[in-house]
Amino acid sequence: MSALESDPDGLRDDSQEGVFSVVRQPVRHDSAVKHVTGQAIYIDDMREPEGTLHVAPGFCRQIARGRFTAVDLDPVRAFPGVVTVLTAADVPGVNDCSPSIGGDPIFSEGVVEFWGQVVFAVVATTRDAARRAATLARFEVVTETPAITVADARAADIHVLPEYRFGRGDVEAVLADSPKRLDGRMVIGGQEHFYLEGQIAFALPGEDGDMHVHSSTQHPTEVQHLVAKALAVPDAAVTAEVRRMGGGFGGKESQASQWAVIAALAAAKTRRPCKLRLDRDDDMVMTGKRHDDVAEFAVGYDADGRVTATRMDFYARCGYSADLSLGVNDRTMFHADNAYFYPAVRILSQRLKTNTVSNTAFRGFGGPQGVLAAERMMDAIAVETGLDPLEVRKRNIYGPDRDVTPYGMKVEDNVLPEIIAELERTSDYAARRAEVKAFNSRNRILKKGLAFTPLKFGISFTLVHLNQAGALVHVYTDGSVHLNHGGTEMGQGLNTKVAQVVAEEFGLTLDRVKITATTTGKVPNTAPTAASSGTDINGMAAQIACRQIKARLVAFVANEFGTPEDQIAFRDGQVIIGNGSVPFTEVVKKAFIARIQLSSAGYYKTPKITWNRDRAEGRPFLYFAYGAACSEVTIDTMTGEMKVDRVDILHDVGKSLNPAIDIGQIEGGFVQGMGWVTTEELWWDDKGRLRTHAPSTYKIPCASDVPDAFNVALYDSPGNREITIFRSKAVGEPPLMLAASVFSAVFDAVASLKPGVIPPLDAPATPEAIMRAVTAMRRAEV
Amino acid sequence: MPVDSPVVPVALTVNGKPERLEVDPRTTLLDALRDRLHLSGTKKGCGLGQCGACTVLVDGRRVVSCLTLAVMNDGASVTTIEGLGTPDALHPMQAAFVACDAFQCGYCTPGQILSAVALIDEGHAGSDEEIREHMSGNLCRCGAYANIVEAIRTVAGQEG
Repeated sequence: MSALESDPDGLRDDSQEGVFSVVRQPVRHDSAVKHVTGQAIYIDDMREPEGTLHVAPGFCRQIARGRFTAVDLDPVRAFPGVVTVLTAADVPGVNDCSPSIGGDPIFSEGVVEFWGQVVFAVVATTRDAARRAATLARFEVVTETPAITVADARAADIHVLPEYRFGRGDVEAVLADSPKRLDGRMVIGGQEHFYLEGQIAFALPGEDGDMHVHSSTQHPTEVQHLVAKALAVPDAAVTAEVRRMGGGFGGKESQASQWAVIAALAAAKTRRPCKLRLDRDDDMVMTGKRHDDVAEFAVGYDADGRVTATRMDFYARCGYSADLSLGVNDRTMFHADNAYFYPAVRILSQRLKTNTVSNTAFRGFGGPQGVLAAERMMDAIAVETGLDPLEVRKRNIYGPDRDVTPYGMKVEDNVLPEIIAELERTSDYAARRAEVKAFNSRNRILKKGLAFTPLKFGISFTLVHLNQAGALVHVYTDGSVHLNHGGTEMGQGLNTKVAQVVAEEFGLTLDRVKITATTTGKVPNTAPTAASSGTDINGMAAQIACRQIKARLVAFVANEFGTPEDQIAFRDGQVIIGNGSVPFTEVVKKAFIARIQLSSAGYYKTPKITWNRDRAEGRPFLYFAYGAACSEVTIDTMTGEMKVDRVDILHDVGKSLNPAIDIGQIEGGFVQGMGWVTTEELWWDDKGRLRTHAPSTYKIPCASDVPDAFNVALYDSPGNREITIFRSKAVGEPPLMLAASVFSAVFDAVASLKPGVIPPLDAPATPEAIMRAVTAMRRAEV
Repeated sequence: MPVDSPVVPVALTVNGKPERLEVDPRTTLLDALRDRLHLSGTKKGCGLGQCGACTVLVDGRRVVSCLTLAVMNDGASVTTIEGLGTPDALHPMQAAFVACDAFQCGYCTPGQILSAVALIDEGHAGSDEEIREHMSGNLCRCGAYANIVEAIRTVAGQEG
């Protein structure tokens, strides 16, 4: 029996050592040349078939909460170019497009729960006609008072999901006995995804009620299921496909579905191709954002600044429905420790219902809110004790015998001490701390802040069954390889990394591996591309598929050439057979003639994860990704203006599959996180209308916001402790949370105004928020 | 507002090729390029002139094509990403974007590249700080700014 046959899952751990020609190389993104020449095809770029219709959603613009007693759609129908108007009555199946729990009608049937909730959709010959007509509906309404803010929802005690909590120890008793104790509260803002390619779907009706939907979605399987449910056809009648997205960031995990479903309903009704591309303002009004939270905590600590006990409460604005709020808010709780050991701890999360759009996944999936609260706790302890904030962090970080998280998982792979030590040296932290102090004593108006924050981020879906993936690999008789897998490309380089794995396995160059669009017709029943897990699980599935094909080829070659199987290998386009070699192409041709199957479906499920939510025990994550960042900022205490002067990052990606892509993910994630904690502010008025619904009023980072000095390095890792694809680590989400260092640096700058006073700084640290904190400091008594 | 308006003729030279179109006078240059000439390399990001994804060159100047009507550009020469270079013969800026990994999802990339080409012609590539300031109208949500600036610096250095 060969080594490969004895290991049908392909999980034999041979990926740590060896010489690699394709993986662990900084190869460029597979679509690089297409992107720079405008040849990459996004859904809106597909040539429209003759007769294509365009769809635009319409909503009741008068209210955020209440109901409409009558709708007059006649002016909509009468508008030139309008072919039909869809309402709830046009849904043959179930009028719901929620990811799991329900409560997200495709079209409202009379109840309005937020400003922007879709009531109907116009189908017209042009997009312009559809959009103009969509504004012409007339509603008779009964208005109710909307709950807009966390405070509104807490006062009304309304929730989308039950409260959840976990922890250990007698927190109140330890708090009472602690030498010192402080209480804190902070507002943590939400975030609009602002994927440059807005939500879009293009549905093409087929025979027998079949429907083919091109959807800019991170979750083709869910689009398939929801389209089938709405059309009342079997899942098998629907195919969902996506070649690439122009950004996703979580905003297309569950909330691409509604637009795909509406496009499919339109196509089913008209029997014509139907495209729905949301206008940017509609996109921002109608799709959910990162959850904003109010975090409240009480923390006990000793004279050395070590935490003895903490109670942390998170009150999240979930919007009008549950959507993904269960998992998102659980992850806030899972990361409320960030990298710190809390001996006694109780973490609580309330999932509040508000009359705002349903908040959803966003890079970090709730984790960033937990991390920001943990970092605030460290900063507050530093202010109270007078210790350097980094020293407080180091004293509280996980270590030997202080290595069990609040949810009971042991931290076994902690590399933070090494990362912190190295970054402390390369960022020249100590000298710069002294310089910042000197600067602040010299300058009355401008103040500098410096902060160093670590990160630990759990990798795996906390909903255990999502941790599975499939891949389909065909080798053709000319030796070229067709690759398909369940993950979706949104710019993160997933397709490139998985193709690297396949090329490495077969010993081929990357140009021999054809990347193909993700489709439910080739790899079914997939998880969303989310939780940073895309490469971890789809890369493994592809490797398993390759090894199944290789095992057949090895057995064939061994028999043909009389060579032991362990002397057969694949590299440099050759099959190495003992001391000789034969081109891969020749072997494949011979294998076909000998009737050897050259195609395989690989399947992978993440091992070791055992989280039981009901009992709040078990292991939710296969491993942790680590990193640290040091940021320096300058604020103007007269205007609230802020500039990030320098950022140093050291981040752990295990053995990087592709250092170029990984560095890009770290830089990009950090910049996105920096936007979240500084300039990106969502604003609803008291009637529940989102007033920041375009880039003119919602400020994401631009080139000039990136710090002058931006030093990013990969931690020189010996490789993931766990068996992952070539010992790499997930990289999509974790770096976003390194931007907590920017927020802490602003806090540090404000704190310099009055030592011993904790600045009441909320996130995002906009100029207004900074001025509020500065003003409060000036009024505060020490 | 009536949806049918009288169409008006407009003559453009697009990527060196003369084009004659009959358009609704409200048609933006962006929609004329994408929907009528099927040059889909120019992207629509926000439709408000705020994101820069639709940047093209009009008579050598960078403009956001969603904020200008096709008829306002009658007689103008327009360069889109398709006219800058081809996969076999990349413009130096396109080659630099590939070499520097100056994109992730790619959606803002055509606009970034055309903006970058014009920025050098304007003489605004003197320093990283100047490049960042004069590229601030082109948003990249993936945050590939460090590499975008590096690509522009590389090309500016070659030309300077």
